Amino acid sequence: MNSLAGCCKKDFSTLKVKIYGKRLVYLDSAATSLKPESVIESITDFYRNHNANIHRGVYLLSQEATQLYEKTRSKLKKFFNTPEEGEIIYTSGTTGAVNLVASSWGRTNLGEGDVIVLSEMEHHSNLVPWQIVAREKGAELAYIPVTDSGELDLEEYKRIFKNHSVKIVAVNHISNVLGTLNPVEEIVRQAHMYGALVLIDGAQSAPHIPVDISRMDPDFYTVSGHKMLGPTGTGFLYGRRGILKSMPPYQSGGDMIEEVSLENATWNELPYKFEAGTQNIAGFVGLGAAVDYLSRMGMDRVRKHGEELSVKAREKLSSIKGMKFYGPEKGSPGGVLSFNIEGAHPHDIGTILDSEGIAVRTGHHCAQPLMKRLSVPATARASFYIYNDEQDIESLYSGIHKAVEVLKLGVK
Amino acid sequence: MELSELYREVILTHATHPHHYGEIENPDKKAHGSNPLCGDSFDIEIKMDGDKISEISFIGAGCSISKASASMMTEMARGKTVKEFYDLLDKMEKLVRGELAEKDAEELGDLAALAGVSAFPVRVKCAILPWKTLKNAVEDDD
Repeated sequence: MNSLAGCCKKDFSTLKVKIYGKRLVYLDSAATSLKPESVIESITDFYRNHNANIHRGVYLLSQEATQLYEKTRSKLKKFFNTPEEGEIIYTSGTTGAVNLVASSWGRTNLGEGDVIVLSEMEHHSNLVPWQIVAREKGAELAYIPVTDSGELDLEEYKRIFKNHSVKIVAVNHISNVLGTLNPVEEIVRQAHMYGALVLIDGAQSAPHIPVDISRMDPDFYTVSGHKMLGPTGTGFLYGRRGILKSMPPYQSGGDMIEEVSLENATWNELPYKFEAGTQNIAGFVGLGAAVDYLSRMGMDRVRKHGEELSVKAREKLSSIKGMKFYGPEKGSPGGVLSFNIEGAHPHDIGTILDSEGIAVRTGHHCAQPLMKRLSVPATARASFYIYNDEQDIESLYSGIHKAVEVLKLGVK
Repeated sequence: MELSELYREVILTHATHPHHYGEIENPDKKAHGSNPLCGDSFDIEIKMDGDKISEISFIGAGCSISKASASMMTEMARGKTVKEFYDLLDKMEKLVRGELAEKDAEELGDLAALAGVSAFPVRVKCAILPWKTLKNAVEDDD
């Protein structure tokens, strides 16, 4: 299994950085992934050799920039197998994409008594935008409960439709805390049976597993480019063209208009209606290079690698006294492993791991309602990606032993 | 960075066996404080005797730095006037930012152990949270 990390570690310069003189063990890819040389190179190449604004210059350089920017869109369509009737709209990330839908679709389609279905394991970015629009329009929120084994309770989910007027369901594909892969196809089928739309938050799934949007058949799918080797400030919203067409613009300004008079304006065609102002052009060129990198690697291999590391890490760490894991026992296709050690606060663990060069995330992971459901104030989270290997698990194991020692956990 | 400077014995002891942990009956003032970034959360209750903080208690969840800081704070603040508490708060903030002269630190007793936090900038907010919460409690007008 190490073949994957073995062959690609050299592509990630950040891994050569020394932390307090020690090797960097980067276990926070669920927050943002490292970037391979080819992505960094494509960004500098854009600024050096093709820099111009897009869609408006008649000159060659602007046409080149436009082509590079648009090429990523066609790469994304292929990579995620989007259906003919779908469009990809560039956004700053998943947060930007969910806000676009909640604000534009939500404000025009939600009313008094309508129900938005979310789950107890949502990231705040797929929670707060819905709370805001619900409050504004008098709509209600209903939640799919999380079972003790860290999965969505589908029976409860189906029950919600029996006595509520559900307009939209918005759930994550893979939980950023538990690592659970949710049965999104079943979730979509159920919602469509009742005429409700579905938004799938793909922030943690797009980097890790093969995603076939045509097969999944959601109405919206949101992605963060920076978690899948791309630059920060990139991501996209996939949406069905018919629905996107009916939605009013989210932000307005240049590039999103067709004609403007002193009194009025008409909107540009999709996807440009939703891409107002000068976009993160170099960023989306970089995202194209990231898609190329992952395509070469093959998403089946990427999934297998992350899943195996999460299983091995769980096995290895389970021998530590007082260790408690959160999430499905069978490991996570998202390469996520959340844990706590009895008697220790995750922040203290995080600080001590940092002193060993190990980067993990500690806190509530922007999922406070889930923390409440798990009855913990916070957890520590290690997340694995293509450049991690078993040596990183060994380092994590030794680091946690050091934490146990420094915090004198055995001697109370 | 020296971990032993951060996790001194006295800090770990306060964190695992905090003083004045719980609630007091009929508090005069109270406040809730939380750190939105990490989820640390404390509730502090006090009784006033004129201008003096006569009783104090805290409950909450947080890392060993924030918990130890809260525990030591309850020891230091009890019996102090509001003005004396503000002076102490000022010294405490300087201490964890590494701006307090050594001789002033000596007057702080156990609390001086928190000086090690200054080498860990991201943890300064942990040490200060209970103190900010007590300040809000003191200023609670309800």
